[in-house]
Amino acid sequence: MTDILHGIGAFFVVVGAVFCVIGGIGVVRLPDFYTRCHGSGLTDSAGAGALLFGLMFFADPLVAVKLFVLVAFLWISSAVSTHSLAKAAFSKGVRIENVPERDWTVPPPAPEEPPPEEPR
Amino acid sequence: MTSVMAFAAAAILFTMVLALFRAARGPTTYDRILALNLFGTQTVLLIAVTGFLFGRPEWLDLAMVYGLCNFVGVLAVLRFSKYGSFMEDP
Repeated sequence: MTDILHGIGAFFVVVGAVFCVIGGIGVVRLPDFYTRCHGSGLTDSAGAGALLFGLMFFADPLVAVKLFVLVAFLWISSAVSTHSLAKAAFSKGVRIENVPERDWTVPPPAPEEPPPEEPR
Repeated sequence: MTSVMAFAAAAILFTMVLALFRAARGPTTYDRILALNLFGTQTVLLIAVTGFLFGRPEWLDLAMVYGLCNFVGVLAVLRFSKYGSFMEDP
């Protein structure tokens, strides 16, 4: 029984570690800032979540509760920090790759009203 | 178990190297802050994994405190970069 639990835990730990490396490669290679946010968020949510969930299978009950608290905090805080990072960068006008240059902080002009149809 | 933990620690260290590369090269300030955030998260994971590797899971408390400090630090740097001060009403 212990061997089965340790096997499941080892699988999740390896999956989390691989997700961490994939997120790191994405942070280095992706073209602009907002896509790099995607790589960092992948590392924070999938990598850290799977790795700490796998560590739960190796731990005593109290330590497993600590790991659960750590996972919950990491998921909330990484979402909040990535959102505020993207919002701050957007308000400072960091440009988006492969999209024509314009000022994204001003709202687009309202579409023209179609002429009212003539009553027949 | 030891080999799995050692593999996970090596992968996390490699990710930290990638984050440092982005922090050194990043064109904008926000790229560097993103790399800093990623580095902090990887440090939390590294503390947890090495705690299990050396048979001392009590280090998870340190990991929790480090995660809290990292979160507050990133938000403070973002606020400073947006408003230019730490005051209540900019």
